[in-house]
Amino acid sequence: MKKTQNVTIKGTKDGLTLHLDDTCSYDELKKELDRKLSNSSRVQEEQQLFSVKVKVGNRYLTEKQEEELKDLIRQKRNLIVEDLETNVITKAEAERLRKETEIVPVARVIRSGQVLEIVGDLLLIGDVNPGGTVKATGNIFIMGALKGIAHAGSDGNEDAVIAASVMKPSQLRISDCINRAPDQVPDEENRVMECAYISDTQQIVVDRLQVLMRKRPNLTRFEGGL
Amino acid sequence: MGEAIVVTSGKGGVGKTTTSANIGTALALQGKRVCLVDTDIGLRNLDVVMGLENRIIYDLVDVIEGRCKIHQALVKDKRFDDHLYLLPAAQTSDKTAVQPEQMKKLINELKQDYDYIVIDCPAGIEQGYKNAVAGADKAIVVTTPEVSAVRDADRIIGLLEKEENVEAPKLVINRIRSHMMKNGDMLDVDEITTHLSIDLIGIVADDDEVIKASNHGEPIALNPNSKASIAYRNIARRILGESVPLQQLDSDNKGVFSKIKKFFGVR
Repeated sequence: MKKTQNVTIKGTKDGLTLHLDDTCSYDELKKELDRKLSNSSRVQEEQQLFSVKVKVGNRYLTEKQEEELKDLIRQKRNLIVEDLETNVITKAEAERLRKETEIVPVARVIRSGQVLEIVGDLLLIGDVNPGGTVKATGNIFIMGALKGIAHAGSDGNEDAVIAASVMKPSQLRISDCINRAPDQVPDEENRVMECAYISDTQQIVVDRLQVLMRKRPNLTRFEGGL
Repeated sequence: MGEAIVVTSGKGGVGKTTTSANIGTALALQGKRVCLVDTDIGLRNLDVVMGLENRIIYDLVDVIEGRCKIHQALVKDKRFDDHLYLLPAAQTSDKTAVQPEQMKKLINELKQDYDYIVIDCPAGIEQGYKNAVAGADKAIVVTTPEVSAVRDADRIIGLLEKEENVEAPKLVINRIRSHMMKNGDMLDVDEITTHLSIDLIGIVADDDEVIKASNHGEPIALNPNSKASIAYRNIARRILGESVPLQQLDSDNKGVFSKIKKFFGVR
């Protein structure tokens, strides 16, 4: 039986793709990659850089190994790794991804002095009282009144939004942007069903809830027929 | 086996001690055996409000440190015929003289002999507060219709909710000035209760008589004609499980109608 090649190079209309087999050992793969690239690299002195994609299939690469492979390919004159794709991730990473996209429901009142910090989107069934803080790496949706501080996208997600049934925050934070309540709020102003997001000018804007569907269409995660 | 109720507020000066004294008094008037415990070590006041200052021999710290037995330190209030006792705080030590575990043990001992232990908590959220809450089964949060007091009440409620052995706290709104509330210059009762989202157990109008009575060492609850007294008695009845409607706030204008209501005993 003919041994299949561990490294195959394919040209697509988007450029070259290196398929690295995932059943052989890492050392074997490295050796073959090295040989193949040395063989096949025709002496082309025009210094045009080719970007290549690398697909490693179901092989898990540590960061060090990833670097090694990239270096190896880079050394072959005019090839540069544009993207390294693998089908596998570690459990920890998967868990993190899952948490980041999860909506976490919390049913309680966040009172003065309390801080609620979560990974993912927060769905708060209750109020945030003045002096209380809610923080989420994703979006924040508050079914009650927001009178304290809300910080969405706390690890740098600028697309995060804050929505509340009653929007009377003392401060709004999204990613690194901070917006504080005006010193004088007209009492009669009815701040119901509003949302906050970062506008194109890098400022937090508070608007009607309904504008979100245009500003952040990615909020919709519902899949299936409608 | 009795139950221990801690009266707390976070902010100082909202009427914790007055409320403790009057709830205790009102419960005793209802025929319950009550023990008031002052945990404001270093700044004791409950004995003064109750008019029992001169009879203190031992105090809370003496009991904790084993210098005397509990019953030796308890001051009996003769007005109530064996129904009301006070365990005074020490005036010479500070809050660190007592640990929460010791407090818990002490309260548990008292619970054997009394129907209700009313614990007067010091202002703040530090050691003194922790001691006061340690042995409690129930909590009453006192606030006034001021933004700062409500903010502190909110903080305290948050802390109380973390205590596993304490039931969901109940709210007393103290020092209500009905004319200010009507004009919208003060937070109104509904606003405060929805904001804090806990059950209201009583409202007490601001009344000069309360201060006068405290200065004489006689809790206002002993005087059946004052509005504040009735408010405190109502709170006591609610603690006992009765359902008593909230007092009307603006009936203090001496109109004919209120006189008729008074005549029929509706207050």
